[in-house]
Amino acid sequence: MSIKEDQNRFRDIIKGKIKQDFRRFVSHGEMIGKREKDFVKIPLPHIEIPTFRYGPKQQGGVGQGEGKPGDGVGEPGDGQGQAGDQPGEHLMEAEFSIDELAEILGEKLELPNIKPKGNKNIDSSKNKYSGMAPVGPEGLRHFKSSYKKALKRYISAGNYNPENPVVIPIRRDFQYRSSKPTVKPQTRAVVIYMMDVSGSMGDEQKEIVRLESFWINAWLRKHYKGLETRFIIHDAAAKEVNEDTFFKTSESGGTLISSAYKLCQEMIQRDYPVNDWNIYPFHFSDGDNWSGEDTRLCVQLLREFFIPNCNMFCYGQVESKYGSGQFLKDLQKEFPNEEQMILSQIESRDKIMDSIKDFLGKGK
Amino acid sequence: MANLTPELEAERKRILAIAKEHGLDFFEVIFEMITYDQMSQFAAYGGFPVRYPHWKFGMEYEHLSKSYEYGLSKIYEMVINTNPVYAYLMEGNAMMDQKLVMAHVYGHADFFKHNVWFSQTNRKMMDDMANHAVRIRRYVDRYGQDVVEDFIDKCLSLENLIDRHSVYSPTSIVPKEQVVPQDRPFMFKYEREYMRDYINPPEFVAEQRQKAAAEEAKRHARFPLQAERDVLKFLLNYAPLDEWQQDILSIIRDEAYYFAPQGMTKTMNEGWASYWHSKLMTQKILNDSEIIDFADHHSGTVAMAPQGYNPYKVGIELFRDIEERWNKGQFGREWQECDDVREKKNWDRKTGLGRDKIFEVRKIYNDVTFIDEFMTEEFCVKNKFFVYKFNKRTNQFEVDTRDFKAIKAKLLFQLTNFGQPIIKVLDGNFENRNELLIGHVWEGVDMQPDYLNETMKNLFAIWKRPVNLATVMDGEGQLFRFDGEKMSHIKMNEEKPPATSGEGDGNTP
Repeated sequence: MSIKEDQNRFRDIIKGKIKQDFRRFVSHGEMIGKREKDFVKIPLPHIEIPTFRYGPKQQGGVGQGEGKPGDGVGEPGDGQGQAGDQPGEHLMEAEFSIDELAEILGEKLELPNIKPKGNKNIDSSKNKYSGMAPVGPEGLRHFKSSYKKALKRYISAGNYNPENPVVIPIRRDFQYRSSKPTVKPQTRAVVIYMMDVSGSMGDEQKEIVRLESFWINAWLRKHYKGLETRFIIHDAAAKEVNEDTFFKTSESGGTLISSAYKLCQEMIQRDYPVNDWNIYPFHFSDGDNWSGEDTRLCVQLLREFFIPNCNMFCYGQVESKYGSGQFLKDLQKEFPNEEQMILSQIESRDKIMDSIKDFLGKGK
Repeated sequence: MANLTPELEAERKRILAIAKEHGLDFFEVIFEMITYDQMSQFAAYGGFPVRYPHWKFGMEYEHLSKSYEYGLSKIYEMVINTNPVYAYLMEGNAMMDQKLVMAHVYGHADFFKHNVWFSQTNRKMMDDMANHAVRIRRYVDRYGQDVVEDFIDKCLSLENLIDRHSVYSPTSIVPKEQVVPQDRPFMFKYEREYMRDYINPPEFVAEQRQKAAAEEAKRHARFPLQAERDVLKFLLNYAPLDEWQQDILSIIRDEAYYFAPQGMTKTMNEGWASYWHSKLMTQKILNDSEIIDFADHHSGTVAMAPQGYNPYKVGIELFRDIEERWNKGQFGREWQECDDVREKKNWDRKTGLGRDKIFEVRKIYNDVTFIDEFMTEEFCVKNKFFVYKFNKRTNQFEVDTRDFKAIKAKLLFQLTNFGQPIIKVLDGNFENRNELLIGHVWEGVDMQPDYLNETMKNLFAIWKRPVNLATVMDGEGQLFRFDGEKMSHIKMNEEKPPATSGEGDGNTP
């Protein structure tokens, strides 16, 4: 169908796969939305070919309705109605499920799909004959569905005679049972979020972490059914909390990052046998550790435990005016080439996307 | 695509008869029943089953199908201006909806046949669209999708540069053979595309073109002789395009001309169709149980969007207003000169000319003349019109005024030339350097600057020599220029932008 080709072409342009210089004609809306139930609103992307024209701000327009001079009228749009000949141009809002959004995010950031490592991705697939298809072996022919289809055809063509209900099915009416492979994934994954909640991490920083973790969750959920999440907060001491507390707590102590790493290690050793689980620890902090000695301890933990056992270890440093940001530099020095060690700096909300790409761009 | 069910077919015949009884007249109308997906497809294609390959149709399709999927909107009908007329109904809609749609379609069909602005349109466009698609696909096969698509993008950027009023006067409809001339005085014919640069190397072409232009200018004192509003035609004749590019540009131009009348009569056409579906449905077609559903559907169509302009609503109200006024004799010198508000309100000479009048109106007016003549102050007040403007201080659009004259002026301006700036070719050999000079007839509103820049680049890609645009921006005459590498502009002196004859066209056919 040629419209599908046109549609694919359009999507390719939007994704930037072709005609990259067209990106300046593409308009999008906000991508990140609030998480209310399961739906988030996103405008559809739109490419506008430039022409000689008046801009909307140049010309204003005529509307109908209430309002006195000076009242705002919002964004002018087309009137409602049906498409008669040429539909108008306007941005439309559509709702997507989180899953679709995660997919869009993945496409936009070009995130590779995660390949779970080792023997943890044993999928067993069984064949169940739960579907229906128009072709198949006669042994799998489904009488009732076929008959119903033939009957429908007769009625809609006006040939059905209730006095003489003879219905002759033709080839097109036949339905056959078909098998749908059902995959039972054996992969299991856990994300352990650790956050520095010492005095230097303010509301803004916590909000950044919250947004980022939301998307990381969405992405990982796409690949692992039944993703587990655990939350650890720390200042000079660490403790496990639930999700709500994770995002609301504000302590005021000093910062000992090793406390969190130790607790995380215990958690993994106790609850998540490394052979059966894909483990994703994420740590967010403003980088202001108590002492160099504590940092050395962290490095040791990372090197000896986390890196060998986890899919990857991610550290995201948010900027705060109280933090020195030293920890990031230390990690960079200690692990200059470590593939599984992902470091990311998140200067502001706008950098969240880039940070996600840092973390998830490796396909681990 | 399927034919109508027997029940619907029976209804169709009944509605057809009723429509004809009321005086509607149209070419044969063929209805087809299609799925919502097919409907989105057809709508994306402007009502046709086939179009040339281009991402813009994909974009439209994406928007329409997502919109339907998420319950944001629904297309009820699709009808195109052809003979026979093809109309599409959407499978799955309620019987009442389908009946309404059929009545609405007959209204459109009557309008297409009788409104004078459509009289020159190509009613065999079904075949032509298919033919266009075939030709362009051939070029895609030969030259590659990217190359062809890029060229089409450039043509689309310029597709509004046609002379909308020429669709009415038959003498200016140039037969196809002339539009794509085989002989261009500045180029030698070549057999194969690869020979082009050997037989017609670019410098040679530029030199020859300049000579041809200079000769032409000598003969007529300027080139083109008169400011040419059909810029695309000028480009077809004088731009150094390859033959396949000429073909594509001529296709885009033909299609632009085909759709132009629809753009010029949207309000009237929708108003006319809505008027008739409303009248036929309430008076003849509906049975009692369907009245509520009808009211619901109909009110959805003609609801006032709070800030938008709804052509269905404005159109239908205007037609009703005209009918009432002509029935009551509320027109003519005596009426206009009457000052007494109460007398005007109660005026009823029982002239009974309403029906004839609206039939006459649907024949000869377009949106601009329709609004110009029939939108009265009373009508504006009754329908709560206002003008809105963008306020830079508050960074939002705001109500500006309810003054009748301002409203009318604004609306007319928006509708004139389909709300597009009027642009003409002024000089094909500007500065005697083979440069193109086009002029914008400034009527009080500046063009959008960033779009202007991009479009100039596209124009350059076709003309292949520097292009210049005279316009007014920020209160001063400016001459914009793109030379292939950068945009520049200089302020022109106090004189008006260089214009040859034919400034500021009126809107009379």
